Amino acid sequence: MYLFGRRLPNMSSLIFWGLLWEVVGRLGISFFIPPLSEIFITLFEIIGTPAVLKALGETSYAFLMGVFYAIFIGIPVGILMGQNRLIDELLLPWVNIFLSAPLTALVPVLMVLFGFGMTSIIITTTLFAIWIIILNSRAGVKQINRSLVEMARSFGASPFDAFFKIYFWAALPEIIGGVRIGLIRAVKGVIIGQLLISVVGFGALFELYSSNFLMAHFWAVLVLLFALAFTLAECLGWLEKRVSYYASSR
Amino acid sequence: MSQIKPLHMAEPAIPDIAVSVMDVSKNYGSVEALKNLSLEFPRGELTSLLGPSGCGKTTLLKIIAGLLPATAGKIEVNGVAVEGPGDDRAFVFQDFALLPWATVLRNVAFGLELRGVAKAEREDRANTYIKNVGLEGFEQSYPHELSGGMRQRVGLARALSVDSQVLLLDEPFSAVDEQNRRKFQEDMLELVATEQKTFIFVTHSIEEAVYVSDQIAILLPRPSRVSEVIRPTGFRHKDVANIRRDTEYLDIVDRIWSSLRNYVE
Repeated sequence: MYLFGRRLPNMSSLIFWGLLWEVVGRLGISFFIPPLSEIFITLFEIIGTPAVLKALGETSYAFLMGVFYAIFIGIPVGILMGQNRLIDELLLPWVNIFLSAPLTALVPVLMVLFGFGMTSIIITTTLFAIWIIILNSRAGVKQINRSLVEMARSFGASPFDAFFKIYFWAALPEIIGGVRIGLIRAVKGVIIGQLLISVVGFGALFELYSSNFLMAHFWAVLVLLFALAFTLAECLGWLEKRVSYYASSR
Repeated sequence: MSQIKPLHMAEPAIPDIAVSVMDVSKNYGSVEALKNLSLEFPRGELTSLLGPSGCGKTTLLKIIAGLLPATAGKIEVNGVAVEGPGDDRAFVFQDFALLPWATVLRNVAFGLELRGVAKAEREDRANTYIKNVGLEGFEQSYPHELSGGMRQRVGLARALSVDSQVLLLDEPFSAVDEQNRRKFQEDMLELVATEQKTFIFVTHSIEEAVYVSDQIAILLPRPSRVSEVIRPTGFRHKDVANIRRDTEYLDIVDRIWSSLRNYVE
């Protein structure tokens, strides 16, 4: 973006929106919008408090566990679907249904099945993340250069070798793309899980702050969460770029 | 190997056959790709499979490689029936089939890696062949940093380093530019002379086939069969620079073209 002939650094539009927010906040139009400066001051006040640290710990745990299952189930299932026609035809309709389904509606069912605890939150997180990971891994395998597979076969590769030395690496750019989107969806999953299932972690903080009209606190936690999710996505985007050099030359 | 070849191919004088194809047929559904095809590949020589596109030459090569099953008939390599890919054959691919995420060194050693050779030994052997094909200094490069010609040298080094007796090359130079292709063809002649391997070479270029081959099998399509086997005799021992001016070379090129021209759409 250019302004008066000078090139502005990336994301400088954020400064404009931040200023607008500050002005609207100071005008006191709505109690719902406190000034941005107040939100950041509150953020630094509460960030070290036990309540926030506990929320952060619980959320991270549920998030990491959910993502762990999504990745370590999703990638092999996706690769198998890409390799094997039968498995593909058995599972693909379900994957597509769940990918587009409003998963939030499933959460009450999970509560009945797995109780009002961490297990249900982890499963919710996994359910949000896994489908896109499966679908992307599958797509990665589908576009694999047939002669790479023939090459491996002609040199006597076992199915195990072919899986880990050819299929996984050939599909890696798509897999990482899927994991990146999956992780962003997992952030939604873990918060929705915390809000709907048992009010713990950030879900509990949102509940507490909004019901007490502590809007600066509410926004502070939200900003923190947005920042975490954004950083996560950017890190994976960087990783994706590192492997994309060969995505075009497979 | 003697450079003196029998003049008449009907004479049953070539004793040592590395690969024999016996009555092989291949059907795709109701389409007959190959029908009762028989052909013998003498040991230590380069045999080209030449024909118009769609004549099944690549199909035949993949059947010999064990990558495709034959519908009927039998392939024997050194007297042993082929039932799948094996250590006695190595394949060079038209599109190189290199691992884009691996260095030249790992790519060349990959055949050995799949055959379970220890890392130090396979890299040692790979380095020898990287040198042989003229890629010294590029061991740590990635395929996307190399030209087409250099990539195929990697593919060739990979096939050579597993030390199989039979090398199967599927139009190896068709994705390589003209000047590199000529260099490759000269190098092929040297390889055939020094490596003591049997080469089976699929190509659609008549000049290339006549230039590099000890024996040329002309395949005609629908369904594919061997129409003729030609064994150039006069110029094989000549200097590589003089082959293209040899009258026998030119005669054979002409003869093949006149028998193939009817099959070109």
